[in-house]
Amino acid sequence: MLAHAIFFYVFSIIAVISAIMVTVSKNTVHSVFFLILDFISISCLFIMIGAEFLGMIMLIVYVGAVAVLFLFVVMMLNVAQQKNQWFNSESTTSSHIPVGLIISTIIFFELIIVVGGWKYKPELFNPNTTQSSNEISNTHSLGQVLYTDYIHIFQISGMILLIAMIGAIVLTFRRREGLKTQSYLKQISRERSEGIEVLEVQSNKGVKIDD
Amino acid sequence: MTEIGLGHYLTLGAVIFSIGVIGIFLNRKNIIVILMSIELILLAVNINLVSFSIYLGDLTGQVFTLFILTVAAAEAAIGLAIIVVYYRNAGTIRVEEIDKLKG
Repeated sequence: MLAHAIFFYVFSIIAVISAIMVTVSKNTVHSVFFLILDFISISCLFIMIGAEFLGMIMLIVYVGAVAVLFLFVVMMLNVAQQKNQWFNSESTTSSHIPVGLIISTIIFFELIIVVGGWKYKPELFNPNTTQSSNEISNTHSLGQVLYTDYIHIFQISGMILLIAMIGAIVLTFRRREGLKTQSYLKQISRERSEGIEVLEVQSNKGVKIDD
Repeated sequence: MTEIGLGHYLTLGAVIFSIGVIGIFLNRKNIIVILMSIELILLAVNINLVSFSIYLGDLTGQVFTLFILTVAAAEAAIGLAIIVVYYRNAGTIRVEEIDKLKG
């Protein structure tokens, strides 16, 4: 139990510090790196608490795909050198900082109140340890539920991914000017009359071919 | 202190959620960091769902975490595509310079 506590505190402190660094870091590339660190520590927590499949999926999807996508976009847009200006002197930019602080603090204390409710009503939750029995793994049990009870939602999420992929391609697709492409319709619909030309070749003059 | 319960995980989720909200409000840099803050918020939601799912012995929370992961990946892809298109048109993605709608 002590080891559990030590690992929890280490991972959660790393996660919180890197989450802070994501928002305050001067360099956008550093922010992406801290985001990766955050995802990794949270996936460690997931694996530790018993949700191994979700921890691994978090590693693959977030660290392997989403964070790399962020890095690609940061690299493409050349915004890494833009300085972070949190508390600059212009009134238009600093006016909503106190509002944001107040709203964030209120949300945080609301969540603390919710957690306190759980703490003072301990009969609301009792950790059911029958789920983590050793004969069936987390991935196995998740698959048994996911492909039977939640098959429609699963397929809808696949459709969401497909639509997101098509949308991203359509948004960023750019047709370049002066690109030589093959036109199948033009090739198939060629006639003999426009393909060849019969000329009378005169002696000692030859034929001038213009294209 | 050494007994890690549901409350610890919920507190961690609350802290990360609040950091994400603060990052959205206080950001003066560019939209990419705002997208990253949204990812942080979704991560906090995932922490809550997974910890409830483990401590209550119900797999539904983990299934929904999987779907939130899917939607988060789709949202990141679409958002980054929109940012790329906007940068191509306007030449900047700084937050205070994006004021075309005069909102």
